[in-house]
Amino acid sequence: MKVFGALVVLMVATIAVAQVEALKEYSLLNNFIAMGIAVTKATLVVLFFMGVKFSSALTKIFVLLGFSWFFMLFFMFCDYFTRSWEPVPGWTGTSQETAMPRENRWSEGFDRLK
Amino acid sequence: MATEAAHGHDQQWLVHHQYEDYEQQSESYIVGMWAFLVTEIMFFGALFLAYVLYRWQYQPEFYLIHKDLDWVMGGINTTVLLFSSLAVALAVRCAMLQDRKGVLGWLTVTQLCAAGFLVIKYFEWSHKYHKGVWLGEGFKWGEGVTKYAQDVSANTAQLFYSLYYCMTGLHGFHVVIGIIVIGILMRMWFKNNPLVTKDYVPTELVGLYWHFVDLVWIFLYPLFYLMPR
Repeated sequence: MKVFGALVVLMVATIAVAQVEALKEYSLLNNFIAMGIAVTKATLVVLFFMGVKFSSALTKIFVLLGFSWFFMLFFMFCDYFTRSWEPVPGWTGTSQETAMPRENRWSEGFDRLK
Repeated sequence: MATEAAHGHDQQWLVHHQYEDYEQQSESYIVGMWAFLVTEIMFFGALFLAYVLYRWQYQPEFYLIHKDLDWVMGGINTTVLLFSSLAVALAVRCAMLQDRKGVLGWLTVTQLCAAGFLVIKYFEWSHKYHKGVWLGEGFKWGEGVTKYAQDVSANTAQLFYSLYYCMTGLHGFHVVIGIIVIGILMRMWFKNNPLVTKDYVPTELVGLYWHFVDLVWIFLYPLFYLMPR
């Protein structure tokens, strides 16, 4: 019951955060807040509703492995993030001219993220 | 903790011959179910990856299009699913205590929530269908969509809606399967089948599946309905 209460409160929080005008300008921050809340909710569901907190060590390993895999999936963005660093002929949108200067790749890379 | 209720009874007849005892069998069942859920995480994960990639590349357009989605309806659906998850958790608890009426009651609540979820989803989808915002060649963009979204090119809108229909559609499909599986489970409880009334694990496994469906929606809702600029 308490867990359900927490889940509903968190859901209202997500909606509330999404409505805050001032925050809408900070897309990156807002995304992190929304996903942070979602991960918290998911953790509550997994630990209590799905009973992983009270389960055997073997079950815990499977659960941990499954979700680690999910987050590792996003390492694929290392590829997309760095494509403009070393342009390859044939890739759309990249050429020797649009290549980023080597000095400020990190900052420019993040600028493009916004 | 979970098997305490079961300890008092003679469980040996429930144990299949490849298992040593009831505890080992139960653990194998639950680990097996989690192995299945991990494969589910994998293919939903691929869709989430596709979503993040295109959201990253078309963030301003996606933001404008998402205003076309009704966050109130999505919010109601989130609450409905969270509540159904609670109902399943309570049903599993009743199954551990071998409380047949409790299980049937809470599973009925779950079924009603699942049906309610699909009804709301149906309204959302049919509304879009009538506006022509649908997949395939008939995709129409411009009439009937909110003024924010009209500035976005039809191609980008189609990309957004492909992801939207794929991900919420696959999720909805899981809800339908959930309704069928819970229906079968309820029938077994209703008929006093000892496989479920004397052993809580089958109810627990169905519960795990249903919580997973809830889990996916917890992420889909903020990603599609509550997008920041």
